[in-house]
Amino acid sequence: MGNILQGVGDALGLAIQLVLSGDPDLLEIVFLSLRVSLTATAFACLVGLPVGALVAIGRFRGRNGVLIVMNALMGLPPVVVGLLVYLHLSRSGPLGFLGLLYTPAAMIIAQTILIAPIVAALSRQVLEDLHMEYSEQFRSLCLTRLQTIRALLWDARYSLLTVGLAGFGRAVAEVGAVIIVGGNIDHLTRVMTTAIALETSKGDLALALALGLILLIIALGVNAAVQSVRMTAARQAYV
Amino acid sequence: MFGKTLMASAAALFLGGAAWAQDQSIIVQSTTSTANSGLYDYLLPIFQDKTGIQVNVVAVGTGQAIKNAQNCDGDVLLVHAKSSEEKFVAAGFGTKRTDLMYNDFVIVGPAGDPAGVGGMNDVQGALAQIADKGALFASRGDDSGTHKKEMALWGDSGFDPAAASGDWYRETGSGMGATLNAGIGMGAYVMTDRATWISFANKQDYAIQVQGDEDMFNQYGVIPVSPEKCPSVKVEAAQAFADWLVSKEGQEAIAAYKVADQQLFFPNAPAN
Amino acid sequence: MSDVGAMTIASAAGAASRPALLPLSVRDLVLRFGNTIVLDGLNLDLGATGCTMIMGFNGSGKTLFLKLLHGLMQPTAGCVSWGGLQPAEVTARQALVFQKPVLLRRSVAANLDFVLRSRGKDRARTGALLDHVGLARKADQPARLLSGGEAQRLALARALATDPEVLLLDEPTASLDPASVLAIEQIVSEARARGTRIIFVTHDMGQARRMADDIVFLHNGRVAEHSAATDFFSEPRSETARHYLNGRIVV
Repeated sequence: MGNILQGVGDALGLAIQLVLSGDPDLLEIVFLSLRVSLTATAFACLVGLPVGALVAIGRFRGRNGVLIVMNALMGLPPVVVGLLVYLHLSRSGPLGFLGLLYTPAAMIIAQTILIAPIVAALSRQVLEDLHMEYSEQFRSLCLTRLQTIRALLWDARYSLLTVGLAGFGRAVAEVGAVIIVGGNIDHLTRVMTTAIALETSKGDLALALALGLILLIIALGVNAAVQSVRMTAARQAYV
Repeated sequence: MFGKTLMASAAALFLGGAAWAQDQSIIVQSTTSTANSGLYDYLLPIFQDKTGIQVNVVAVGTGQAIKNAQNCDGDVLLVHAKSSEEKFVAAGFGTKRTDLMYNDFVIVGPAGDPAGVGGMNDVQGALAQIADKGALFASRGDDSGTHKKEMALWGDSGFDPAAASGDWYRETGSGMGATLNAGIGMGAYVMTDRATWISFANKQDYAIQVQGDEDMFNQYGVIPVSPEKCPSVKVEAAQAFADWLVSKEGQEAIAAYKVADQQLFFPNAPAN
Repeated sequence: MSDVGAMTIASAAGAASRPALLPLSVRDLVLRFGNTIVLDGLNLDLGATGCTMIMGFNGSGKTLFLKLLHGLMQPTAGCVSWGGLQPAEVTARQALVFQKPVLLRRSVAANLDFVLRSRGKDRARTGALLDHVGLARKADQPARLLSGGEAQRLALARALATDPEVLLLDEPTASLDPASVLAIEQIVSEARARGTRIIFVTHDMGQARRMADDIVFLHNGRVAEHSAATDFFSEPRSETARHYLNGRIVV
């Protein structure tokens, strides 16, 4: 046991060493992780926010059913998403002609599908709360549905930043989907999580843990950046 | 305004990925042992320097590698389960199977050696002894080449470990490395290919207990995927890679790869 | 407040060519939630001009009545008729100022910009409107950091930005300091002078005396009394209104 725990100290030293040395392979992996997950987050927001807004302000038959499905989809297992995307993008699948399997684009697609429901469900909650406050005033102003949605999205933008962050966190931390559709190909589709899985399977637990620590630091950095934006906004009562 | 910028940059990032997959690159559906042992890290730069062809390796279990190749998601198949490979070629998915290299399987176990199999070179006997004592044994359980080999050896030993699944026989359903991590964590015997074991970094107090039985021989083969079944295959680049591996130069490169001063793979392609 | 010409504040042109909203006619209006009866066969007629104050005890349904008039709610029975026009048009040609102003999470100026833009009005009017309500210096400040009086003046400016023919106000000066109350009253009076019909819910008798042409007194879900303001305060006809004016509780 002592042997294992000593590994944590080794990993910490190794992580610092890796970061300080500016290892090009590591930078490439970190950059790809950020690129894939941030792009997926952007796409998920483009899809998820309008859906969340429509459900938030809509009063239609079957709305409760939609809510249940949306909330359930938040728990989509990454491996299942990965498999579904693989089956579509595989050369023998319906979208195989696009040649996207084992590319960063495939990873972006998988992560977008994984986190779009998270963005939709969480933004629905945020926007519905805000709409409770605004709806009477908006109805008095005779705003159209589109005007209402745009105003809600804009006024909730700092809260929605946190929603996007939740999606990004899920995307950057998942391994199940990207390893299936990306293939963990060195210098092409290897990201932080698949690299961690690989080093673990090679038994290089210290390196795996060091990569994990670096991933954690990146996540901390992104969260801190968003938090500081939010705090600035909060001081101005824009949250 | 904000949305448009977001959309544009997202599209740029997205498409940047597709453009990355250049023409002069092939995908090898490979077993994990060759990838995890670092063999490709050694071989591929040599091949790329010579031909300019970039080789992208997807390392999965042999079973999944074959399925992926059948879905046309690879240009070359490099695995170690001869009968499955021959079926793959017979079904028309591959053009030709060639023996590439071999190493062997070993059974590793904890220093305490609870089943007392240390030093045995009769693998069926060792397995029977492990089963008899009910000593923990961790199996891949994932339809990989190693798993298929292990099941064949159990069959010869006269024991059906499936009956003890979840008891002393533990199927991890994972790759070789993950199974070694799990087995070492629970103090179980594990059958592994020698290359993975030599380069494995989390050995703790484990050592090779059973080796040297010729039934533990582990043959790797290379198969270019057939363009008739899979028109998307990059025929020439795939053939170039397969040809280079079995060429004198490729075979020498395989032999030259060493970890901890030990040769991991022994080239045995038929001379041409 | 300011002496900016009325033309920059309001652009009432075009209203004349449309069918008039007024007179207002309310017939047998009933509003019920489960077993709770809020309005119980209310009838009311209001003329085309002036400032009508609606008074009544807490819980007499003043706020809900105002929302029914504005088309934000549907009555259980009966009808509200603004010149026989469609409800959507009625709402669009009126503005309602709530007791607690709902301000967007944006700057003061952006709150007005938003309304002008979404209603297809000239956004250049933002400055004149802010000037009119005395908030020009606060234009770039976050709206939600305004004081209560400032927030209500911004809400009033927003209401005026839509060029309403009818301005409905729901106790807009409750819990404001005297100076803020007078500022609001002056803005409303100026709107009235430009021809905007004012319907104002209040508990403030001084305010009612200062501003009202006529008083509608609600009690038990009906109009207990509708009189000219001077008559109401000197000689209330109904007993409950007398109690109300004397500060007595009526069950």
